[in-house]
Amino acid sequence: MNNIGIITGREYFSRVKKKSFILMTLLTPLLITAFYGIIIWVSVGQTNSAENQNIVVVDRSGVFINDLVAPENIVFIAQENYTVDQLITADSIDALVSIPQDYTVNQPLALKYESMTSLSVNNSSRIERAFTDVVRNKKLTKLGVNKAAIDSLQTTVVLQQFKVKEDGSTKSSNIAINTGLGMALAFMIYFFIFLYGVQVMKGVIEEKTNRIVELIVSTVKPFQLMMGKVLGIALVGLTQLTIWIVLTGILMAVVGVIVGLNMGDMKELQNVSNNPGIANVDINQLQFVSDFLALPLAKIFGVFLFFFMGGYLFYGALFAAIGSAVDSETDTQQFMLPITMPLIFSIAISFSIVVGDPNGTLAAWMSIIPLTSPVTMMVRLPFMDESHNWQIYLSIMVMLLSIFGAIAVAGKIYRTGILMYGKKVSYKELAKWLFYKN
Amino acid sequence: MSIIQIQKVSKFYADHTALDKVSFDVPKGCIFGLLGPNGAGKTSLIRIINQITAPDEGQILFNGNPLTKDHIKQIGYLPEERGLYKKMTVYDQLIYFARLRGMDTSAAKKTINEWLEKFEATTWKKKKIEELSKGMQQKIQFIVTVMHNPSFIILDEPFTGFDPKNTQLIKDEIENLRNQGASIMLSTHRMENVEAICDNVVLLNKANVVAQGTVMDVRNSLKDNTYSLTYRGELKATQFTGIDIKENVQKDGNTTLLFTYNDKPDIQLLNNPLIQISEYREVIPSMQEVFLTLTDSSHE
Repeated sequence: MNNIGIITGREYFSRVKKKSFILMTLLTPLLITAFYGIIIWVSVGQTNSAENQNIVVVDRSGVFINDLVAPENIVFIAQENYTVDQLITADSIDALVSIPQDYTVNQPLALKYESMTSLSVNNSSRIERAFTDVVRNKKLTKLGVNKAAIDSLQTTVVLQQFKVKEDGSTKSSNIAINTGLGMALAFMIYFFIFLYGVQVMKGVIEEKTNRIVELIVSTVKPFQLMMGKVLGIALVGLTQLTIWIVLTGILMAVVGVIVGLNMGDMKELQNVSNNPGIANVDINQLQFVSDFLALPLAKIFGVFLFFFMGGYLFYGALFAAIGSAVDSETDTQQFMLPITMPLIFSIAISFSIVVGDPNGTLAAWMSIIPLTSPVTMMVRLPFMDESHNWQIYLSIMVMLLSIFGAIAVAGKIYRTGILMYGKKVSYKELAKWLFYKN
Repeated sequence: MSIIQIQKVSKFYADHTALDKVSFDVPKGCIFGLLGPNGAGKTSLIRIINQITAPDEGQILFNGNPLTKDHIKQIGYLPEERGLYKKMTVYDQLIYFARLRGMDTSAAKKTINEWLEKFEATTWKKKKIEELSKGMQQKIQFIVTVMHNPSFIILDEPFTGFDPKNTQLIKDEIENLRNQGASIMLSTHRMENVEAICDNVVLLNKANVVAQGTVMDVRNSLKDNTYSLTYRGELKATQFTGIDIKENVQKDGNTTLLFTYNDKPDIQLLNNPLIQISEYREVIPSMQEVFLTLTDSSHE
């Protein structure tokens, strides 16, 4: 056991001391934060500090001009006459909307919008809505509905979901959050298995081609060498993950303060949402946060950590076996396929079918079979409640057994493979190695 | 007393037999030559002694006890295919291997520093292996082999990659280690080195032992009573009596005869007043000749 520790230490420190590791570990949170920051900055900036759009409205029909209500950040300026030439020379006017003379409420025609810059989708729909509201209100008035009644109609309906438990209690649930979280966790595991599994394989090939392996296995058992490598690289991955989470968290908090998404705004949001009389689309943002916090985060994180490590150990052992069976990286292709296919399959199916039906039969099976379970379980996890716990336990048990199985099989292939040179190995050959005595 | 006893050891692979009931002893405190052509089974045997693989038959005794994993720390091994971590520094690498061999870090540091000084290599400590010349790498590999003070050292082709000066340095070190009590098994194809430093040898050919004993014993075993006589003088070779001349070489006024006596050696001919003798000796085959003769496939 002591030898595994020494080997793990070497594998770990020789990797975390590398410049490429330090660079990647520090840069990734910066990139994530920068990306996140830009998104917030753009969205916050747009709502808070975007310049008002001055739009001249020439209403020859007289239908709109008295009732038009400008949406936020848009100013409608009524004019009797306004030409395109004036628009071109005027700095302060952004666009011109012309309403034809023969426009009536009952015979709607297209309104002409002229501008030197193209219209954003957001503004286009807001302007359209402003005009539509006028027409609708007029129609309603004609039908005898009074103004107060019309105002009270201005409501946005939000579908707020609740998951009902067997004991009758309810919990709000949000498909977008569940899907997003599940896919993010699944992708992290997928990425980690690939990135670090290949590192295990490369490490084994390096030792083999360097012929250093002959020297080492005269001192330690091949199994110890393999395990030391797999564990050492796992620790590298955990270190990287931890630094990423901590750094990203800190940086995000800093960015949040800088771009002004501070707690005051959140309070405001909360006040708005607590007042049921006011309909506000921003209610979704707060709901987002509370729905996220309502998830069983500790359980999700625990299961994630298990499959993060378990999936890596399972696949890492197989990657080590491949590395031992070949003489160089270029020979790995034929053996890589059976390992990469289930991984790619699991992410492809999980992100399409499993997301659509997270508690269906296919999803259940895929989250139990160890080749696909690390990825699929993550996609399912936010959608699973206590009644599915047995599936999680079963999946964990199967995973544990599979890890031992994979390590035993890989150890046998590894033991024979690392000392085998200059031989193109076939699957038949690999199978034979499993039964070699020594 | 033997440090290693190989007892009827066999190793079979799918398509050939690497070792076929091989038996021999390696005496304590000697430099022991493990000789044989490529494919004779040397590497298989070395791997078995190192417990990298297990024998299919037979057993190996270490100091009289069956070889176990506990003996690994008493064995030093320099593989023919050298290998070190290219991106690791000399010092880290040496510490790593010392720890794998069970040394604690402080003891390892002390020994490593001594060896680096001995090889005038203290300035390389912080260098990566890939930055060193081949000879330097070989020296580090040699230190890896011996730094844990093993009682049995296996050196597979230890002189490759060394210039004559460093070859001598390594030879001296090997003899030093022997004089300090270690037993050394040396596998090499350079027969001149075997004659120079080996005390005992075993010669393997096609999975079998074909000769063993001290270097002199093995060489003597192949001698065929041939004598060599070099002289100046008027006497013609044909005028000698009682000998059977195999070769007669004239050079710079010297005549060298290779001959066997018809009967028993008769040194009367050395007293012949017509010749001045510069050399007279019994011809003992060199290790090179022993090797070629015994491993020649037509000889079976």
